[in-house]
Amino acid sequence: MSGYPPEMQESIRLVERTRPQRLKETFPSMSLEQRNEVLKAFHPDYKEETFQAIRVGVSKGQRMPIELARIVEGRPHIGPDFDLSHPVAETDVLVIGGGGAGASAALLAQEHGAKVIIVTKLRFGDANTVMAQGGIQAADRPEDSPPIHYLDVIGGGHFTNVPELVEALVKDAPYVIKWLEELGMMFDKSPDGVMMEEHGGGTSRKRMHSARDYTGAEIMRTLRDEVRNREEDITVIEFSPAVELVLDDKGQVAGAVVVNLETGIYSFIKAKAVVLATGGGGRLHYQGFPTTNHYGATADGVVLAYRAGAPLGYLESMQYHPTGAAFPEQILGQLVTEKVRGLGAQPVNKLGLQFVYPLEPRDVEAAAFIRECLERGNGIVTPTGQPGVWLDSPMIDIIHGPGTTERALPAMVRQYRRFGIDMTKEPILVYPTLHYQNGGVRLRADASTDVPGLFIAGEVSGGVHGHNRLMGNSLLEITVFGRRAGRSAATYAQGVTLGQPNLAHVAAWNRELEEVGIETGVIAPILLPDYARHEV
Amino acid sequence: MSEEQKATKELIPVYIMGKRYMVPPSLTIMKALEYAGYRLIRGVGCRGGFCGACGTAYRILGDPKLYFGLACQTVVQPNMYLAQLPFFPARRATYNIAELEPTATTLFSLYPEVLRCLGCGTCTKACPQEIDVRRYMAAGMRGDIALMADISFDCLMCGLCAARCPAEEAQYNIAILARRLYGRYLAPRSPHLENRLSEIESGAFDDELEELKKLSQDELKARYKARTIEP
Repeated sequence: MSGYPPEMQESIRLVERTRPQRLKETFPSMSLEQRNEVLKAFHPDYKEETFQAIRVGVSKGQRMPIELARIVEGRPHIGPDFDLSHPVAETDVLVIGGGGAGASAALLAQEHGAKVIIVTKLRFGDANTVMAQGGIQAADRPEDSPPIHYLDVIGGGHFTNVPELVEALVKDAPYVIKWLEELGMMFDKSPDGVMMEEHGGGTSRKRMHSARDYTGAEIMRTLRDEVRNREEDITVIEFSPAVELVLDDKGQVAGAVVVNLETGIYSFIKAKAVVLATGGGGRLHYQGFPTTNHYGATADGVVLAYRAGAPLGYLESMQYHPTGAAFPEQILGQLVTEKVRGLGAQPVNKLGLQFVYPLEPRDVEAAAFIRECLERGNGIVTPTGQPGVWLDSPMIDIIHGPGTTERALPAMVRQYRRFGIDMTKEPILVYPTLHYQNGGVRLRADASTDVPGLFIAGEVSGGVHGHNRLMGNSLLEITVFGRRAGRSAATYAQGVTLGQPNLAHVAAWNRELEEVGIETGVIAPILLPDYARHEV
Repeated sequence: MSEEQKATKELIPVYIMGKRYMVPPSLTIMKALEYAGYRLIRGVGCRGGFCGACGTAYRILGDPKLYFGLACQTVVQPNMYLAQLPFFPARRATYNIAELEPTATTLFSLYPEVLRCLGCGTCTKACPQEIDVRRYMAAGMRGDIALMADISFDCLMCGLCAARCPAEEAQYNIAILARRLYGRYLAPRSPHLENRLSEIESGAFDDELEELKKLSQDELKARYKARTIEP
């Protein structure tokens, strides 16, 4: 079978012809100077005209994509006179977001004595966590160490990461693996129990732990199952995203207003502490890019935290995953896990030639793909006009033995087979896709923010990864900082005395918008993208 | 032929819960719903085939067979009659994973209905992940937790198996219990991990990390460049 049109099949013949030689040689990696050069010329973050500095709030001047700035500068759903006198529920810790970070936070908060409510926009677990395929980093092999992991993280992030956050990430990592194992997660292991670990882009040691190519899904369903086992202490409310944080008269967090997506009813949930774990904003489609993100990824947390007074950072940097599906059209932009390259598949151009080291950090790899297609004209163009480069997936079985791809990448194989492509026999076409929000709300190592009682974990935060995240560090981040946020929030909740809940910050926000003369016409957070066709 | 007629000619009819819409033939069911004007809240999640929110049942006009798929991964066909199943009620047992034994007895006491499986295979036919659900249920009936965990591994927990089961099983909930029992109790433990934890516990890396945290950007760059890369 070949799901490819004849023109693309011709290029595949060239890829097959160069394969025997390529199996013996890998394109050299770039120096730091070469990396900078390709990034400046081709990475979407360097297109100045697609960015804007926000004009209001504590981080006035922070540059971010125009699409995001429009939302951050948007109007609240509710007015300052919204009735807070009858909360529908009261709890110690309110977790906003039902992905891996939220679930981790809920579990740890509960273990530290808190009653917890999780509110989530879609179903519990319908989050980017389930879509993370490749793996989770942790320096647990004798050849590796947390300090080596630290250097990889900070070099990948262009040396701008917050040191204390990186330290927390790499030092907690082995504990997180142990925690997940004890919760019953099925890691890939050799028969003697040794974890099977691979390289990811920008790693100097093999430390990518995996669960086939369902690593995130396996983490999410395990954490979700565990949360459900603790239903006496943790209540989950689905289809109820938060639209505004509530503060008290001392400026402490006092809960949030949520909206029931099915009835449209807004209600106040009172809480002594809030963990914000709402993820990123891929569904804002910066610069028109397709995205790997789930349907609800609309940067809500950045909006909520910022209006409540929490500073933002690093939002001038977004991650474009080098290998989004470029063909077939039906799966455009969906993730092709980095593990495909980790297992040996090389990126090659339409002539079947290598043009980049397969495992550069993601931003560098993505920029090199764009250069190969747009500047050098060596990309393959699909019938719908989408450019891409080949990822020579059949190399995996040649290198590691027949059946490896099917065993290590069942989700990928199934994905392509649904569209008539056998990736164990034919290469797959890829192009960068919007993947991850490197920046977000600033946090400290204990997951606290500048707003008392507001804790934060996961993609909504900024600083851990500097200006570029390495593969396998987001599943790590959500668990490391999810756990820290849960623990910190529960401890904080025990000591805090709440004052009178109010929405004075909403009034102040509206006033500031009016003073500066901003009217973006957007009610934020937007909660869901609008893909429905409105014309007939 | 006018442009409009040409465009219409390229569209195909699909029936969303019995109502006819004309949609482009290249779309997935999910995108066809949106093309038809639906703004989805239920029945949509990751849009990438991983979350199991968009389980869909469909028939093709004139074909008696019932088909299942994920709306985000299945391309529309002419005269497709479809309905989404965004939620299906299913029982799950509550347990403390730390207090269980990885045995058949555990499985049967938490889910006695395992033994009611008829082996009819309707679940296998309904699975959009092509998992042989019947086979893992058979493994469960034999108490083979490791096999049940392995076969069920790619499960998204969409619930289509449970929706079709004449024996009223919630297969996917039973399967995650098997996987967690396997992961916690039956899978061999990594000796490296234990060693590393005791090293961290004893502060073995603290000095090195403290030093790294204090380095200037230029010093860090030099260290970074000097890293050796494991082949």
